[in-house]
Amino acid sequence: MLTFVGKRLVYVAPVAIGVSIVCFLLVHLAPGDPLSAILPVDATQETIEQMRAAYGFDKPLPVQYALWLWRVLQGDLGTSIATGRPVIGEVGRAVVNSLILASVATLIGFAFGTFFGFVAGYFRNSPLDRAASAIAVFGVSVPHYWLGMVMVIVFSATLGWLPPTGAGPDGSGNWRPDLAHLRHLILPAITMSVIPMGVIARTVRALVGDILSQDFVSALRAKGLGEFGVFRHVVKNAAPTALAVMGLQLGYLLGGSILIETVFAWPGTGFLLNAAIFQRDLPLLQGSILVLAMFFVLLNLAVDILQTALDPRIERG
Amino acid sequence: MSAPVQTASLTAPALPAAAAPAPAPAFERSPGYWGHVGRKLLRDPVAIGAGLVILTIVAVAILSPWITPMDPYRGSMLRRLRPIGDPTYILGSDELGRDMLSRLMVAGRLSLFMGVTPVILAFLIGSAIGIVAGYVGGWLNTILMRTIDVFFAFPSVLLAIALSGALGAGIFNAIVSLTCVFVPQIARVAESVTTQIRQRDYVDAARLSGASSFTIVRVQVLGNVLGPIFVYATSLISVSMILASGLSFLGLGVKPPEPEWGLMLNTLRTAIYVNPLVAALPGLAIFLVSISFNLFSDGLRSAMEVKE
Repeated sequence: MLTFVGKRLVYVAPVAIGVSIVCFLLVHLAPGDPLSAILPVDATQETIEQMRAAYGFDKPLPVQYALWLWRVLQGDLGTSIATGRPVIGEVGRAVVNSLILASVATLIGFAFGTFFGFVAGYFRNSPLDRAASAIAVFGVSVPHYWLGMVMVIVFSATLGWLPPTGAGPDGSGNWRPDLAHLRHLILPAITMSVIPMGVIARTVRALVGDILSQDFVSALRAKGLGEFGVFRHVVKNAAPTALAVMGLQLGYLLGGSILIETVFAWPGTGFLLNAAIFQRDLPLLQGSILVLAMFFVLLNLAVDILQTALDPRIERG
Repeated sequence: MSAPVQTASLTAPALPAAAAPAPAPAFERSPGYWGHVGRKLLRDPVAIGAGLVILTIVAVAILSPWITPMDPYRGSMLRRLRPIGDPTYILGSDELGRDMLSRLMVAGRLSLFMGVTPVILAFLIGSAIGIVAGYVGGWLNTILMRTIDVFFAFPSVLLAIALSGALGAGIFNAIVSLTCVFVPQIARVAESVTTQIRQRDYVDAARLSGASSFTIVRVQVLGNVLGPIFVYATSLISVSMILASGLSFLGLGVKPPEPEWGLMLNTLRTAIYVNPLVAALPGLAIFLVSISFNLFSDGLRSAMEVKE
């Protein structure tokens, strides 16, 4: 097991370096000078040169990358051009909010997804299967930002049951575990849960169908095991893959929440990215994307290791 | 898996090079195959329905400049946000008093163009990368596929938004960003299918009978891998449509006053308290196209007997 973990780590290292290169180059992909957004139009050539030197933009690219990586490894993601505050603090606050929303959404999606998936897989080609599969296709096909708008239209604008935007009643930037904040969480979390629900339902349906058609299930039934006992075996066989898909979905939601967070004005990373893009705050853009991508890489690694630990059949090579 | 394209030389023993006539591989896409797929698709009512919806929306979008009931760009300050069923505006009017039906029809052009183009480009680029990596193998495969792995470390929505955010708003930049999102995904599928095909006996047979690498890739490999890659690519169109309109929804794609479904959804967000049904219409259009492509792709997958 330890050698397996070691091998995975060796495999992840080049990917992590690649991710850091992509994030670094992102700023240089941008048209014009990264500083043009903050310098006054009538800045003298001298001021521009001073600023370029201050931010290190006057050095060759590989040197800039090495210096940048060195600072990043020490936890310094630079300073936001728009606010003048350290990027790491801004991203840290936003990641917590996003993580709360994405985790709740993943759990809701997992609960409904496995339920629909099991129903569809158990009763293949029945009307129940078709209904469950239709819900799954809906989940992967609906533009979630539109679904968010529809939710606001129905539950806030028309029925007035739930608040349409923000993380809390006071417009605060942080979510807290109380009833008022919980009310703000419901709509975005349900909207977001539709994507993992569809993906997990499709996976579980295929898994259950596969497992049920295997010989050992016939053997279990032949020896007189009740339907509930068989169900337990199916769950045990489907769990590692289903949990792995759930873990990956959490990563996708955390990185892909920008559209839903924009619709609901949720103060998370998506919201931060949106602000960074439109204020052309490139250090903030670079920092948030680096943090999100690295989180995704580590999550993939964790899922990989956990899945192997859970499922003894997977070869630890 | 599509029916293996086999050459006549399969049964021929490996003769000395001089005796072997330069094999002109009889490249016949097994005549019944596509007919078989077509017949299977026609028996699938869901796929037919989805295909018809796609065809209708594409036709309306293409013909829209000639068939819109009103000028999609001309607004009226006095007749803003009319409800659905208004005598003049069948599907209501938007926040600037422009006819929703006409705008939805014209918007389909840009939305479909921006959703489908990245997948076509990624299909071409990704297949090329994947087939080369899979066929050549060795260190080239390692370099190409490890580079691809780096892009898999980004969730696709994040990568699309990061790239178009850095490049700046615009139709061209949005298409470039989305292409970059899909190239690695298609390349990975193409690589794994090609690696499988390369180990088949009929590839060895073709090589032994003297076919050049180029010929083998053109006949044995392409003939067998393009089907599965194509099915995979069609399943990406739905995601691509949602992402492309999503970029415009964020203000990173199409710029006003040009109509596009995602952008319309964004500008109508302010109207959800006044006229919610009209505000939700553009999203319904995206949803309809996206689900139709998903259902059609599912039908195509089972008709072509491609495994996930």
